[in-house]
Amino acid sequence: MSSGTTDGAVPGPADPGTCPTGHAAGPVGTGYAVDPAGTGHAGGLPGHFAGASDGFTGAPEHVVELAGVTKEYPGGVAALRGVDLRVARAELLAIVGPSGSGKSTLLHIIGTLDRPTAGSVTIAGHDIATLTDRRLSALRAQHIGFVFQSFHLVPGISAQDNVAEGLLYSGLPRAERRRRAAVALDRVGLADRMAHRPHELSGGQKQRVAIARAVVGEPDLLLADEPTGALDSASGEAVMALLHDLNKEGATIAVITHDSEIAAELPRQVRIRDGQVVADEGRAAPTGKRRAPGTGHPGIRSAER
Amino acid sequence: MRRTRLSPASLGPRDVLHVGSAGLRTRPMRVVLSALGIAIGIATMIAVVGISASSKAQLLQKLDALGTNMLVASPGQGLFGEEVKLPKEAPGMVGRIDGVQQVGATGDLPQAVRRSEKIPADESGGITLKAADEGLLKVLRGAMASGTWLNDANGRYPSVVLGHISAERLGITEPGRQVYIDGRYFTVVGILGPLPLAPEIERSALVGWSAAGKLLGFDGHPTSIYERSTDASVRGVRDLIPRTVDPENPRNVQVTDPSSALQAKAATEGAFTNLLLGLGGVALLVGGVGVANTMIISVLERRHEIGLRRSMGATRGQIRIQFVTESLLLSGLGGIAGIVLGAAATYVFAASGGMPWVVPLWAVGGGFGATLVIGTIAGLYPAVRAARLSPTLALQAV
Ligand SMILES: Nc1ncnc2c1ncn2[C@@H]1O[C@H](COP(=O)(O)OP(=O)(O)O)[C@@H](O)[C@H]1O
Ligand SMILES: [Mg+2]
Repeated sequence: MSSGTTDGAVPGPADPGTCPTGHAAGPVGTGYAVDPAGTGHAGGLPGHFAGASDGFTGAPEHVVELAGVTKEYPGGVAALRGVDLRVARAELLAIVGPSGSGKSTLLHIIGTLDRPTAGSVTIAGHDIATLTDRRLSALRAQHIGFVFQSFHLVPGISAQDNVAEGLLYSGLPRAERRRRAAVALDRVGLADRMAHRPHELSGGQKQRVAIARAVVGEPDLLLADEPTGALDSASGEAVMALLHDLNKEGATIAVITHDSEIAAELPRQVRIRDGQVVADEGRAAPTGKRRAPGTGHPGIRSAER
Repeated sequence: MRRTRLSPASLGPRDVLHVGSAGLRTRPMRVVLSALGIAIGIATMIAVVGISASSKAQLLQKLDALGTNMLVASPGQGLFGEEVKLPKEAPGMVGRIDGVQQVGATGDLPQAVRRSEKIPADESGGITLKAADEGLLKVLRGAMASGTWLNDANGRYPSVVLGHISAERLGITEPGRQVYIDGRYFTVVGILGPLPLAPEIERSALVGWSAAGKLLGFDGHPTSIYERSTDASVRGVRDLIPRTVDPENPRNVQVTDPSSALQAKAATEGAFTNLLLGLGGVALLVGGVGVANTMIISVLERRHEIGLRRSMGATRGQIRIQFVTESLLLSGLGGIAGIVLGAAATYVFAASGGMPWVVPLWAVGGGFGATLVIGTIAGLYPAVRAARLSPTLALQAV
């Protein structure tokens, strides 16, 4: 079940110059040099990214690095075919494409819920091919937050408890989980809905609760799969505005959508079709050049450290 | 190096309980129904064990009241099958044995006891006639249901005391009535209460020792000598009786312990309950299957939740423990309900039968342990399935 990566020799971002993709020839590990103090955390939410660095002081420049990622489902459907993708810290991007183009598959692979059949995936500096299922779980707990089209709130428990569930696997004590959940709910504008249960909330509110649950652990990466897909346009806009705000506070966010309008509002659009990246727009200096973090991307605060 | 730090945080016991009970809290009706099977099984087993323990306790209580320190000496079989007799002085000799506190004796008489002369002599109704000495009642720790025991005063004229079963058979409910023995009417002066240690007396009509000699031709040889000793000396007395009563032929004296039958009964009390226990076991098994079924459905229904938890960082092990915990809670609830139900049923039975209420701790512990084992087994397969579920498939909308 561990993927047969075509380039299993890729040791991770700390080893510059071995990136085989040709897509970004620049050394991957520049983040260390540029940000030696390891304070690359954008501290919007309280204690943002605290404890997420997993034992090393420098944060990799790229939260996501995919190289030649291919995903074939049993039966021969190739949902992804050689996808290269890098997402820098504090980016806000759309992954946009028609239905069936492989967006969800891509999100699952970025989110480490699934492994590629070929290619390498490095998330927050961890080459997932080398990680066991247990360690992948820990990676998700510490580094990744998910938002789903259909919210996936736990019925029958309050908004605050739903958000606190997002920290259940973090090792924090229960009281602290609930306290942080309250802060996160406040952040998404639902301070007055703490005790409401999912069936007492509107669709937009539910999705904001889900977003609060995804960001309460202060992940390095927030993945949202069609977050507005089940919402009316007003609620959808509110949710997108919230994502923008979170990004301004430093969160790295990838929004998956089939809706070009929504995608167009985001600083970067990765267009995907038939399992391949066909365009990557709005991204400054996409290839070859060294690029200091925190520049060239709207939405990333220049005073990142 | 940083990979080594990437290890999942473990869930504390409270958190395990929290995630394990989450599914139950939202579906109380299903909890009740699927725990019911286990509850019925455990209740059956607890009640069966409890009821038999209660009746055993009652038996032991009774035994305690009757004492296990009474022995009966009677003539054995002679070497050539001939009839042997105990010496006339035997009761006195037994009374002088060290440790013996009370002695009583009866001597069998051949005559029939009838309500009146009109009833044919061969219709004895199973009632035996015995001569009894005054000490008998005390040795037996018996009590009069009505009337008085044999004494010097009423021994001077034809008087008889009836065991309670013979009184019933003769249709006599109170003293003062007469019975017909050997061509003469005897006045019933008393009716004995139940004598569990001497059922043969319950079926007898007793005439005073000397009156029997005078009126009924009794030869004075006792056929049963009842004695009570201190608890500590029972064994020694038992060995001494034959040698004391008939030093030349100790084998001609047979000594029995009437309480041993009751003791054996107390020991085997509950043997008949095996079948019922088996039924309880079957109910328990069916209950376990019910829990497993509920768990499988729960896992199917909660695919999204499983996918969500996996996306939030739950390991396979944490998903597994969540569903095993749920199953354990489900069966544990059934087990507790079953223990309460079984104990209550035992109480009702014991109270209505005048028994002490006994629910053995080992049965409670064993029953609860069994539910935990069942809960684990029933939950393991669904939990493993839940843990193996691919997170991406679990998260798929339909
Ligand atoms: N579990 C699966 N097994 C087989 N094929 C799949 C599976 N999931 C997705 N696919 C296929 O992969 C392609 C991409 O699917 P998906 O990533 O869900 O696209 P999108 O999210 O862009 O609509 C589709 O052709 C789909 O049928
Ligand atoms: Mg999709």
